[in-house]
Amino acid sequence: MKEISCKLLVIGAGPGGYVCAIRAGQLGVDTVIVEAGKPGGTCLNVGCIPSKALIHAAEEYDKIRHMAEGQSPLGISLQAPPSLDLAATVAWKDGIVGRLNSGVSGLLRKARVKIVQGRAAFRDGKTVEVQTETGMQVIRAEMVVIATGSKPVELPFLPFGGPVISSTEALSLTALPKKLVVVGGGYIGLELGTAFAKLGSEVTIVEAAAQVLPQYDGELVRPVQKRLQQLGVRVLTGAKAKGLASGGDALLVETSDGKEHTLQADKILVTVGRRPNTDMVGLEGLDLDRSGPFLRIDDQCRTSMRGVFAIGDITGEPMLAHRAMAQGEMVAEIAAGLKRGWDKRCIPAVCFTDPEILSAGLSPDEARRNGLEVRVGQFPFSANGRAMTMLAEDGFVRVVARADNNVVLGLQAVGAGVSELASAFALAIEMGARVEDIAATVHAHPTRGEALQEAALKTLGHALHI
Amino acid sequence: MGEFTIKMPDVGEGVAEAELVEWNVKPGDPVREDMVLAAVMTDKATVEIPSPVAGVVTWVGAEIGDTVAVKAPLLRIEVPGYDDGSSSGEDEGDTPVAAAAAAAPVAAASSSNEPKAAPSASVGAPAPRPSPLPDSQRPLASPAVRLRARESGVDLRQVAGTGPAGRITHEDVELFLTSGAPQPVASHGPARNLRVEEIKLTGMRRRIAERMTLSASRIPHISYVEEVDMTDLEELRTTMNRDRKPDHPKLTILPFLMRAMVKAIARQPEVNATFDDNNGIISRFGAVHIGIATQTPTGLTVPVVRHTEARNIWDCAAELTRLADAARSGTALREELTGSTITITSLGALGGIATTPIINHPEVAIIGVNKMVVRPVWDGTQFVPRKMMNLSSSFDHRIIDGWDAATFVQRIKTLLETPALIFIED
Repeated sequence: MKEISCKLLVIGAGPGGYVCAIRAGQLGVDTVIVEAGKPGGTCLNVGCIPSKALIHAAEEYDKIRHMAEGQSPLGISLQAPPSLDLAATVAWKDGIVGRLNSGVSGLLRKARVKIVQGRAAFRDGKTVEVQTETGMQVIRAEMVVIATGSKPVELPFLPFGGPVISSTEALSLTALPKKLVVVGGGYIGLELGTAFAKLGSEVTIVEAAAQVLPQYDGELVRPVQKRLQQLGVRVLTGAKAKGLASGGDALLVETSDGKEHTLQADKILVTVGRRPNTDMVGLEGLDLDRSGPFLRIDDQCRTSMRGVFAIGDITGEPMLAHRAMAQGEMVAEIAAGLKRGWDKRCIPAVCFTDPEILSAGLSPDEARRNGLEVRVGQFPFSANGRAMTMLAEDGFVRVVARADNNVVLGLQAVGAGVSELASAFALAIEMGARVEDIAATVHAHPTRGEALQEAALKTLGHALHI
Repeated sequence: MGEFTIKMPDVGEGVAEAELVEWNVKPGDPVREDMVLAAVMTDKATVEIPSPVAGVVTWVGAEIGDTVAVKAPLLRIEVPGYDDGSSSGEDEGDTPVAAAAAAAPVAAASSSNEPKAAPSASVGAPAPRPSPLPDSQRPLASPAVRLRARESGVDLRQVAGTGPAGRITHEDVELFLTSGAPQPVASHGPARNLRVEEIKLTGMRRRIAERMTLSASRIPHISYVEEVDMTDLEELRTTMNRDRKPDHPKLTILPFLMRAMVKAIARQPEVNATFDDNNGIISRFGAVHIGIATQTPTGLTVPVVRHTEARNIWDCAAELTRLADAARSGTALREELTGSTITITSLGALGGIATTPIINHPEVAIIGVNKMVVRPVWDGTQFVPRKMMNLSSSFDHRIIDGWDAATFVQRIKTLLETPALIFIED
């Protein structure tokens, strides 16, 4: 097979890699992208998109089921309880994923990016070999972008297989597990655990830390804990998974008081984190500096090797698709000769639990740890008209600002649908807004976004609706 | 009757202060109009300060040698019939002038306690910040402004923001670019690095700096470069190294050069000397103590091989190795680092065809060794490959005439090119 030579070679067509390739193509850079699986990576195939599809389906089902039970204050009732065909739900989800897969491929082609299907292995820093269906393809490039992403962490005493599944398998279950135990109370475990609870599974969450979602402060997590209780989800904090029971139908757990428990389970979902895919063939021969398990990069995503970039999960926390996308776009522009550098002020993070948690910039504690004197303003959704009309008054919006000049350092929210406020939060921080800027911006009524304006007013000491 | 205050004039050249070098008057002296009162010196020129009025000097605000800020009060003259309007706050006479000069730093503009209202427009606002933000602090600016700055090679930490809370606007960046701030070189390519790092000269580096300044400023150097054919010496050296006794050190070129210098010095003892220029005394030495300029982890030092005139080539080599190791490991004694009468400097390992060595003050000569390379040499009928090496040597031209310097180097050349001569007793 003839060798391909190109200017930019992107390895991995996840959100970081495909965005990088599309942007490079737009800028006229001769670009090739290599992907072993389907385009879109973890995010599109087994992460963000399918999980949100499942979460949405679960929410709808949960609502209708409550209406059928005659519990709806909206005056809506059903004569018979709804039924769930999980296989159909998963097929619908797969349809969305499929549409997006072909969408990404189309965008790459439109940007004149050559797509090579297969697994890439480094021969040297500028050459890779790809095992394709039609044989070995050698690609030489002036610049290489490693965007190989991450995969779920496996616990040595609880290897994947049989009843033990990762998030990938959880998103493709065609039959609902009657009893589901989730090991790991981070955002992936809680999102999926909540969804399965709404679909009708009996869910137990096992978390080693003292609180679920340990990366968030207690105030933000409290509404989520309350909702988990309402949904009947059992939460064991300070508890360690010890392994499968001998029959393979239960998980052994040690709680904080030192007692062992046996949790019956049809499925055990392990979501204890993700690790970078650095086991790519030939990568070890490249002598790339590491930062812990990740590849070390500078503010232009350059690795320690000239002409080799790395983006996305392989470069470390936060392992979020939108971070990878922003890095990919930047690297493409650098490859095209433009002057770019990573100078983002915040990477918003969303937790699609019920209710949702949104965080951008610094929390009050983080700001104080950085030696900053802050003023904090908080406005509850219980005083927001739109929240009342949607039967979801739990949660609040919080503003963290510098005490000396009111520049916004951080914005957090917890509540139904607050993920859609991420744009406003990130924009305010990137623009260097002061609290007065948010307070002086007319916010549409009636929306949840009004809570942002009110929280800003509260920070200034004159909230209007509380 | 009133007092007229004369302030340090703006002497141009963009300087903010000048050194007072001369007073032509003292308190109590009568002065006429246009009479020269004082002289101040900037980096480039001495400027006389004339009197604009006639009267009697009542106060002078600085002493000779003081640095005085532009517009600081310099002296006061009592002028008959002059209304000084002293209630207008013009009188700053009680402020010591030198102190005023020292107390000139601009106040930092960042993080006031009260958020300031934004000026309505940035026109006329000073574009560069009084002092750049520290590295750890990010300037407040929108993403589009940051991108514009990056593309123009502007470091936003240097730009003063006129927006709320010091936010940098597009206009601030444009103003920074047009108001005398250096223009970007090109829109593509690496960004300009505007960082300036100030490092206080201390310890060893300071000593080196002082010695070099002393040497270069006091000694009029003459440098002389000659090429030497080292082919025969290299052959000899290889043989000697191959056949050396177990207790003999390995020979480099330097011991041969040292021995050649001893021989040449015997004919021209004037180069093996020190010059005390304060007292006008040359000390000419019988002993040949050769300093060897040596790069160490902490900087340049010059260990001294003493009495090379009394050492054979193996001794020279052994002592050289011992001293270089001691200097590099920092264990050399003070006596081993002082007392040289002539010095060798060798940058040969790094390449370069010639150097301009600075004499090791108060000596009068230094011999520099350059890299030996194989070069084609015309032997009269054809080009032949020869091992060639340049010697770059400097002499104190007050003591050594050019002719003598050249003669000395030519003698060393002859000795090195016919190495048997080094070992033949005169």
